[in-house]
Amino acid sequence: MADKKATRESYGQALCELGEKYDFLVLDADLAAATKTGMFKKKFPERFFDCGIAEGNMISVAAGIAATGKTVFASSFAMFAAGRAFEQVRNSIGYPHLNVKIGATHAGITVGEDGATHQCNEDIALMRTIPGMVIISPADATESYAAVEAAIKHEGPVYMRFGRFPVPDLASEKADYKFEIGKGVVYKEGSDVTIVANGYMVHLALEAAELLAAEGISAEVINIHTVKPLDSELIVSSAKKTGAVVTAEEHNVIGGLGSAVADLLSENYPVPVIKVGVEDRFGQSGKVLELLEIYGLTAKNIYEKAKIAISKK
Amino acid sequence: MEFSEKRSLERLANNVRIGIIESVYSAGCGHPGGSLSIADVITYLYFKEMNIDPADPKKADRDRFVLSKGHCAPALYAVLAERGFFEKDELKTLRKTGARLQGHPDMKGIPGVDMSTGSLGLGISAACGMALSAKAYGDDYRVYSIVGDGESEEGQVWEAAMFAAHYKLDNLVMILDLNGLQIDGSITEVMNPMPHDETLRAFGWNVIVIDAHDFDAIEAAFAEARKVKGKPTAIIAKSVKGKGVSYMENKCEWHGQAPKEDLYRVAIEDLGRIAESLK
Repeated sequence: MADKKATRESYGQALCELGEKYDFLVLDADLAAATKTGMFKKKFPERFFDCGIAEGNMISVAAGIAATGKTVFASSFAMFAAGRAFEQVRNSIGYPHLNVKIGATHAGITVGEDGATHQCNEDIALMRTIPGMVIISPADATESYAAVEAAIKHEGPVYMRFGRFPVPDLASEKADYKFEIGKGVVYKEGSDVTIVANGYMVHLALEAAELLAAEGISAEVINIHTVKPLDSELIVSSAKKTGAVVTAEEHNVIGGLGSAVADLLSENYPVPVIKVGVEDRFGQSGKVLELLEIYGLTAKNIYEKAKIAISKK
Repeated sequence: MEFSEKRSLERLANNVRIGIIESVYSAGCGHPGGSLSIADVITYLYFKEMNIDPADPKKADRDRFVLSKGHCAPALYAVLAERGFFEKDELKTLRKTGARLQGHPDMKGIPGVDMSTGSLGLGISAACGMALSAKAYGDDYRVYSIVGDGESEEGQVWEAAMFAAHYKLDNLVMILDLNGLQIDGSITEVMNPMPHDETLRAFGWNVIVIDAHDFDAIEAAFAEARKVKGKPTAIIAKSVKGKGVSYMENKCEWHGQAPKEDLYRVAIEDLGRIAESLK
C-alpha cells in the first residue's frame, strides 16, 4: 500500500500547486501551520491573508472577496469553520451562493489528543442544511488534490473536510480513478451488501470487505466523497443489487453520510441501512488508534454491522 | 457645498423618506425608524459620493455599498429607486411574496445591491473583504458600509474593526448610524456600546463625528476619508431615529413597525410639508 499522508497535508500541497494555475486568495484564522495553508502562505505571501482568531469575521470577509468576483479559500478547523461560523457560512456565503471554498481540517475523532472541543463530528450535518452547499469529504491524497481543483472550477460554495491522521492513497492505486463532484467511486463490486463510506473510513471499508470475503460474503464498497449533492443513482442501484447497506463515516451518525443515504433509500428503495459512526457522543483525548476502537470506527465494526444488515434483509 | 446642490440633495433625501414610508406602509411591516435616520447619508452616497451606474449596476470598477444594518432595507431600496436602478412603483412590493424586495437585502435579486445582509455584524466584515480584494488585486474602487449603533454590540463588528485597521483598508468607510435607540430601548440602557469614537480610534481608525442630517458635514467627512491613507475611516453619524416623521422621531417603538392608515397619512403630510419648505 502506498505511503500514508494526512489529507490536511494534501490540501496544503494542492493549494500550492494549483496556485500556479488558478487565481485565488487564501484566508486562515491563525491556524495556517496546522491547516497547512501555511505552505501556500510561504509560496504566495501576497495572496494569503491571516484573519487572526476570528472565524466569523473570516467567513464574512471571504464572502466579501467572492462578491467582488474573486475565488477565495477560507480555512480553519472544522469545529470553527462549520461550527463557530455556521451562521456566517449560511448567511454570508450560502444565501447569496458565493464562490467561497471552505477548507476545514482536523475533522472528526482522529484529531486525537486535543479532545472533544476540537473533534468536530457535526460539520457535515450542519453544512447539509445549507441549500446549494457542495460537501466533499476526500479519502486520501489523490482525492484531496482532485477535490480542491474541482472546487476551484465549481461555481458556488464548497465545504471540504480534511483530517490530520495519515491515510493510504487508495485512489493513486486505482487505474480508472476519476474525480467528479457528486459522483461516487466504486472500489469493489459485490452482491451481498453495500458499504458506503467516505473520508478516513474508506480504507477501513475495504478491510471490512476482505473480512467479509473470508466468510464468503461479497461486499460492494463505494466511496461517496461528495455528501451533497449525493450520487443517488449509484447508491440506489447498488442497494437494488445487494439489498442491504452499511454506511461508515467519521462523524456523528446523526445528520451525516449515513443519514443522507438513509434519507435517500427510505424514499426510493427501502432496504436495511446500518450506520457506523460516532454514536451521538462527544469525543475525548487519547491516541487516535485507541479512540477509533472506543468509538467503533474500525473495519471490524463495519464487518459486524454488514452481517447484521444482511440478516435484516 | 453650494446652496442649490444642498437643496437638491435635501429634496432627494426627502423623496427617499417618502419611499421608505410608502414601502413600509404597503408591506404592513418593516423598519422605518432606522431607515429614516440614514436617509441623508445614503442619499449622499448614491447621488454624490459613489462611482455607480444604474444602467450598469454590476460594472467591475464600481464603488461598493454594504448595508450592514440590513433591516433598514427600505432606505436602500428607496435610494436605489430614486437613483434609477428600478422603477419606484416596485417599492410597494416590499416584503410581498415573490417580490425582489426581500425584507432584508438580497444581492441576487435586486440591481444595485452589492451584498446580502440582515444578520447583524456580518455586513461590515463582507465590506472588509471587498476592500481587501481591491487592495489585493490593485483595484481602486472604494467600499462603504452603514452599521447600526445597536449592531455595534455584535462582537463581529469589532473583529472587523481590528481586521480593517490591520490591513490598512483606507479604501473602506464605515458609517456608524448613532441614533441612540434599539428595539428594547436606548442603547445606553440595553447594552452600552459607547464611546464609539474613542474605541474606534484605539482600534486604529480615523474617526469623524458629524451631524447625520447636515449635508455640508456629510460632504466634508467623505472628502476627509478620501484623503486619509493607511487606515480605514469611521464616520460616526449622530442621527435622529425616525427623522422627518413627527411622531416617529426619537421613538424606539418605530424601530420595527409600519404605520396604520391614519398615521401613514400624517407621515406623508409631514414629509409633504418638508418638500414644500425645500422648493
